[in-house]
Amino acid sequence: MTTLTLEKTVGSRVGVRPRAVVVGVVAALLAAAIAVLTLGTGEFPIPPADVVKTLFGQGTAAQDFIVNELRLPRVITAILVGMALAAGGAVFQSLVRNPLGSPDVLGITNGASTAALTVVILGGSSTQLSLAAVAGGLGAAVLIQLVGGKHGLHGYRFILVGIGMSAIFTGISGYLLTRGVQMENARALLWLTGSLDGRDWQQAGPLLGVLVLTLPILLLACGPGLRILEMGDDSAAALGVPVKALRTTALFTATLLVACAAAAAGPVAFVALIAPHLAKKITRAPGPNLVPALAMGALLLVGADWIAQHTPRVLPVGVVTGAIGGAYLVWLLTMERRAGRI
Amino acid sequence: MSRLSGTGMTLAYDKRVIAEELSVDIPDDSFTVIIGPNACGKSTLLRALSRLLKPAAGTVLLDGKDVHSVPTRQVAKTLGLLPQSSTAPDGITVAELVARGRYPHQSLIRRWSAQDEQVVTESMAATHVGDLADRNVDELSGGQRQRVWLAMALAQQTPLLLLDEPTTYLDIAHQIEVLDLCAELHETQGRTLVAVLHDLNHAARYATHLIAMRDGKIAKTGPPGEVLTAELVEDVFGLPCRVIDDPETGTPLVVPAARKRAQTAAAG
Repeated sequence: MTTLTLEKTVGSRVGVRPRAVVVGVVAALLAAAIAVLTLGTGEFPIPPADVVKTLFGQGTAAQDFIVNELRLPRVITAILVGMALAAGGAVFQSLVRNPLGSPDVLGITNGASTAALTVVILGGSSTQLSLAAVAGGLGAAVLIQLVGGKHGLHGYRFILVGIGMSAIFTGISGYLLTRGVQMENARALLWLTGSLDGRDWQQAGPLLGVLVLTLPILLLACGPGLRILEMGDDSAAALGVPVKALRTTALFTATLLVACAAAAAGPVAFVALIAPHLAKKITRAPGPNLVPALAMGALLLVGADWIAQHTPRVLPVGVVTGAIGGAYLVWLLTMERRAGRI
Repeated sequence: MSRLSGTGMTLAYDKRVIAEELSVDIPDDSFTVIIGPNACGKSTLLRALSRLLKPAAGTVLLDGKDVHSVPTRQVAKTLGLLPQSSTAPDGITVAELVARGRYPHQSLIRRWSAQDEQVVTESMAATHVGDLADRNVDELSGGQRQRVWLAMALAQQTPLLLLDEPTTYLDIAHQIEVLDLCAELHETQGRTLVAVLHDLNHAARYATHLIAMRDGKIAKTGPPGEVLTAELVEDVFGLPCRVIDDPETGTPLVVPAARKRAQTAAAG
């Protein structure tokens, strides 16, 4: 019997999977569509077609003011925060080889929160608050790195150290809240929930800068190595991946992204955990799936913000991501349990 | 001097010293097998040779240079390693996994070349996993999976390849299959192989050079016929035995002594 084999090259089998491209493009388009809807939402509703026209500078003066001046910075901030959290989360999940290994769980976000809270209680400015959040996140990463010691951090060790850190920071935050006066506490709690209210170019600008600087590092310098690192440290080292240097670079780059996202919008819950996980689940591709995760993060945050603005009493976006994230986590754990994986 | 050797090595994890003043030489073009009882330091030696463990003292020389003084990606083009435990990432296909062996040969600019294509195809053919190219690795049997990992290590195209217990967790048929494959790679592709093996009879049958270790020291080295004697096995493993000729290959075959009581009963 002769068998007819369709010769498929290995190259076509190992490149970027078409499915991953589709997922990324669809998520990005959806995010853009919801962004347009959001830009038309508010006290002066504007139809989507007019929003698009206005974005390209073809709108009336009033539309231009409302869309491009008032509402666009917030939507752009949402997109950037979503991307930053998703990229950071994807790297963390890849580093600890665990879908639960998000910066929320590992104490990075809590480090940023505690530092920011300190500034709020001391009555600092919003610039000081943002800087403190970034410093707090990076500080938490340094602590994790130090406790991890010379063995480096991986798997459970990383998660346990992170959870410990997280608990300590939560304790400090709780103490700070008991020390604050009422008005500052209200500001602190709103910040801790994560909110996009009143965000303008002052928040979006620096975050965009950080993304432009760090994404090439993550995608080009760390991406290929992170894919190899998934096979275990020994295999990666044998293939010539500088494991320690890669881990450190990826840890701090991802931390910077997450901390800057927190500086811009507060510690928006669960996005760093869900966005990369969802991207990986839908693409079904190995590796950190950074690009689809970026699109998914933008989609999640823009979507959550749209929902937040359509609730009867406009909610902070962190409440919506928290609700969506919590539900997703429960669903995920149930499915994993049913599949017998946990 | 051979391409890979270690001199005066002190090997330790933190403060726990596994071996001191250890020197070893891997003959070029050999299929070297390291044997020894549990915890004698054979896997540690392999880790040191493959630069995964930096010796506290002494050096590992690869082509005359300290292996830790050469960029790790450069080393990965000469020296390959199949570690004892590797994780196949979720959802990865056989072709994708094998292609990862090309990592040290790729760069930001040069991602996938005609040479990568050819080497990966040949590696899959050599390990007989070409038909599985589009399958998910986690669907495969243990034996198939080990062949895929071997294919990945081959795709790295290193003249020297180290294997840490490549037959663990495999049934006897798959063990022989993997070892036959190693012998084939050694003979036809001219690669120098170094493997840690537990089964003395496998070691005797496939190795061209044996390194017997005990308590972090080299007990004896040489061709299996010289090294694997009843005295050595008794000495190194504390196992009374007889060594006879393998009826298939003529290599030494270790037959453990019967239990004492059974022996005396038979004698009485």
